[in-house]
Amino acid sequence: MTRRKVIDRLFTGLAWGAFLLALVPLVCVIWLVVKNGARRFDLTFLTHTLRGVGPRDTNGGALHAILGTLEQVGLASLIAIPLGLLAAVYVVEVGRGPLVGAVRFVTDVMTGVPSIVAGLFVFTFWVLALGQGFSGFAAAIALAILMLPTVVRTTEVVLGLIPESLREGSLALGVARWRTVVSVVLPAAASGITTGVVLAIARVTGETAPLLLTALNLDALNINPFKGQQAGLPSFVFAQAGQPQHSALDRAWAGALTLLLLVLLLNLTARLLGRRTRLKG
Amino acid sequence: MSARRRPDRAFIALTSSASVVMVATIVAIGVFLVVQAVPSLQDNTTSFLTTKQFLPEADHPSFGVAVLVTGTVLTSLLAMVLAVPVALGVAVFVTQYAPRRLAGLFGGLVDLLAAVPSVVYGLWGLAFLNKHLQPFNAGVHEHLGWFPLFGDTGGRYSKSILLAGLVLAIMVLPIIAALAREVMLQVPTSQTEGALALGATRWESIRLAVLPPSWPGITSAIMLGLGRALGETIAVALVLGTTPALTARILGPGGNTIAANIAAKFGEYAQAGRGALVATGLVLFVMTFAVNALARGIVIRSARRRLA
Repeated sequence: MTRRKVIDRLFTGLAWGAFLLALVPLVCVIWLVVKNGARRFDLTFLTHTLRGVGPRDTNGGALHAILGTLEQVGLASLIAIPLGLLAAVYVVEVGRGPLVGAVRFVTDVMTGVPSIVAGLFVFTFWVLALGQGFSGFAAAIALAILMLPTVVRTTEVVLGLIPESLREGSLALGVARWRTVVSVVLPAAASGITTGVVLAIARVTGETAPLLLTALNLDALNINPFKGQQAGLPSFVFAQAGQPQHSALDRAWAGALTLLLLVLLLNLTARLLGRRTRLKG
Repeated sequence: MSARRRPDRAFIALTSSASVVMVATIVAIGVFLVVQAVPSLQDNTTSFLTTKQFLPEADHPSFGVAVLVTGTVLTSLLAMVLAVPVALGVAVFVTQYAPRRLAGLFGGLVDLLAAVPSVVYGLWGLAFLNKHLQPFNAGVHEHLGWFPLFGDTGGRYSKSILLAGLVLAIMVLPIIAALAREVMLQVPTSQTEGALALGATRWESIRLAVLPPSWPGITSAIMLGLGRALGETIAVALVLGTTPALTARILGPGGNTIAANIAAKFGEYAQAGRGALVATGLVLFVMTFAVNALARGIVIRSARRRLA
């Protein structure tokens, strides 16, 4: 075998090796989360809170954290999705001039904002300057900031794929600009945008850092996201993982399993939607 | 202006105000962080940039980012050293070596790594990887202890800097791999086919036809991964054993990162301490902004060169 062939074999092996190596942590993480999480992933876990649960107790659950996460992520979506859609529509369909460039630039900058900085911002702005206090809604604002660039970017890409002739046809029929966007362009782009939006939701569902600075944490159930501290599933896992007792660690694993299931479910949904439309964001 | 055009104006007003809100948010992030950081910085009795300790709530507040910035950069660079070769290997594998029909599935599997929340990686690193890395750390020190990075850590190998770097590496790997993959897919297959037709081996076709046009994109992918590593909080907060000392001995615990320090101390601090944390957050914001701007600059410059 010539030297060239040997080198070729070597790099083929390295490429395969890199890929298999990358799969090791994936398999290992999922396996351990399922195995260790199953120990406490029961009805008690899903229907109880940590209220009155002492450090040595082996019971207790994450109901308060699950509901908190659903509320926080839901509110974040309510803020980020309309705002992101409108900004992207402005960039692609409406705007001219410096604001378009500014939005593009800001989208890039926002993509790079570390989640802890988003949390610090909401703390300084919403909690301190506006005096609104810590709440689930404060966390939702931070999560919305992290979602926003993804929503804008995907929508921008998908809108760019819509053929110009579709818009021109509608406009030529005398349909107003806004009507063209709302009734012709957006429906054509809907499934592509949905894929990107669901992925954005999945991404922020697992965010922990911003919650610690905005909603803090709470062992009891707080159903009102607008008032008072609130737990989230990620902050629940973080708090339980940091405690020395085995019972707390078991709860952390069960929480991690719940979180992973939630995030994988969202990812799967996005992928199925994406396959149907063949528009990948 | 006819009555028919009026909804259009409302439409323009609505979409442009959403855009203005976005732009204003970024400005507000900078402004509010500065406003909250200044009072604490004024009360600081020592230099913010060179002080190692972090005692913002003492009678004579004394805190600085020396240890935090060093720790942030060290763990992130470590992560890049570990992640970049594997990520590029994965990208080359998925675009060039994997059977066509399975390439999408393989790429999706690696993307799944990015879907796992950071707190789950942190828990895994703390409760599993830490245990298994300790004998490795001890072994490396025993055999390669003369190398400064592998120097003596007082026999402590738990919650090491290397562990933090390794967990970070796993987290940025899928990001770099996905971006590099996109770049490599842009290379027309005719280029590699041409090289193969001229008698090049598979690897030669990659080295000659795929990698050269991809480098700017790959570099930018690496920078974006670095930006992510610098700002990662929770995984590091869980796995890194912290000390208020400057150290580059990666086999043991030591130092701290900006983000992890904020997450760990925010809950226990009062006003003054939180102001100090905001000041460190501002430093992190500037660092990640610079790294991301660099990544952006590389892409723009190479696009311009291609047009010229």
